[in-house]
Amino acid sequence: MQEAIDHLKRAFGPAILETSNNLGNETAVVSKEKIVEVVKFLRDTPDLKFNFMMDLAGADYPGRSERFEVIYHFYSLSTKKRIRLKVRVSEENLEIPSIHTLYKAANWFEREAFDMFGIRFQGHPNLKRILMFEEFEGYPLRKDYPVNKRPKIPTPDPLIKV
Amino acid sequence: MRFGDIITTRIDEVVKWGRKFSLWPMPFGTACCAIEFMGVVSSHFDISRFGAELVRFSPRQSDLMLVMGTVNYKQAPILKRIYEQMCEPKWVISMGACASSGGFYDNYSVLQGIDEVIPVDVYVPGCPPRPEQLLDAIIKLQESLQGIKEKKSA
Repeated sequence: MQEAIDHLKRAFGPAILETSNNLGNETAVVSKEKIVEVVKFLRDTPDLKFNFMMDLAGADYPGRSERFEVIYHFYSLSTKKRIRLKVRVSEENLEIPSIHTLYKAANWFEREAFDMFGIRFQGHPNLKRILMFEEFEGYPLRKDYPVNKRPKIPTPDPLIKV
Repeated sequence: MRFGDIITTRIDEVVKWGRKFSLWPMPFGTACCAIEFMGVVSSHFDISRFGAELVRFSPRQSDLMLVMGTVNYKQAPILKRIYEQMCEPKWVISMGACASSGGFYDNYSVLQGIDEVIPVDVYVPGCPPRPEQLLDAIIKLQESLQGIKEKKSA
C-alpha cells in the first residue's frame, strides 16, 4: 500500500502545506479551509479507510506567527495504519471548521480544545466549556496563562441547584 | 444495692460518649485516598473497632464527612452542598495532601484545601496516608468530642 501522505498530496496538492514521515509516523500539515475535505477523504477512500478518530488536541507555540495548532490523530481498523494531521490557527482568527459531522467523537474533543485554548470550531452544535466551569475566565493551557492565577469558587451548576 | 453499682454523671457526658463511639462516616472519595479508605474499613485495619464502620452514602444519615482525594474548583460547590445536607452535629476529616492543601496539584483547576469551602476538624497528611493515620484521626476526633461541649457551626 502507498503511503497515506502521498495520497493526500496527489488529491489536495497545495492544501497540504508540509509533510513528514519520521519512523513511519505520517504527519501532514493541512490548510484550515480544506481540513473537513481531507478528513472525509481519509475516511472514505477505499485504500486508506481511516475510520477511527483517536484524538484531537490543541497546542500553543507562542513564538510562531500562527500561534495555535489543532492536531488530529486517525487510525484505520482495517489497515492498522495511523496518520496525524495538523492545522495551524492564528491568534487573530481562532476559527476552524468542525469535523463533528464526520466523526461524532470529535464533539467533546473540540469542546476540550475550545475550553483549554479558546479555539473556535465553526458549526459545532454545542461549543461550551467541558472541563472547566462556565464562569472560568481565560484559557488555562495557553502558555501565557499565569501560573499562579486561581479562579473564584464557582456558583453551583444549574444541575445541582435546588 | 452495693456501692459502685451506680455512677452519677451529666447527660452531656453520656451524649458525648455515645456520639464518640457511633460516628457514621460519609465518604466523599475522589481519588486514591478513597482506595486507602477501603483498607481502613476492611478486616485488616477494621474501623469498626472505633464504632465508625457504618459507612453511609447519604449525607442525611451521617455525621462524619471524610473528604478523601483531590477536590477541584468545579467540585467545590458540590462538596459544600453535601456538607450542608448533613444534620448537626457534624464533623469533617480531611484525608491526604490533596484534600488538606491541594497537594502537588498547585494549578488552575484544583482547590487549595477544602477548608476554603467547609470547616475541617482533623487534617491527615500523607499521599496517601496509611490506614493507621486515618484511624488515628478518628481517635483524635473522638478525644475532641469528649473534651468540648459543642462544636462551632460553620
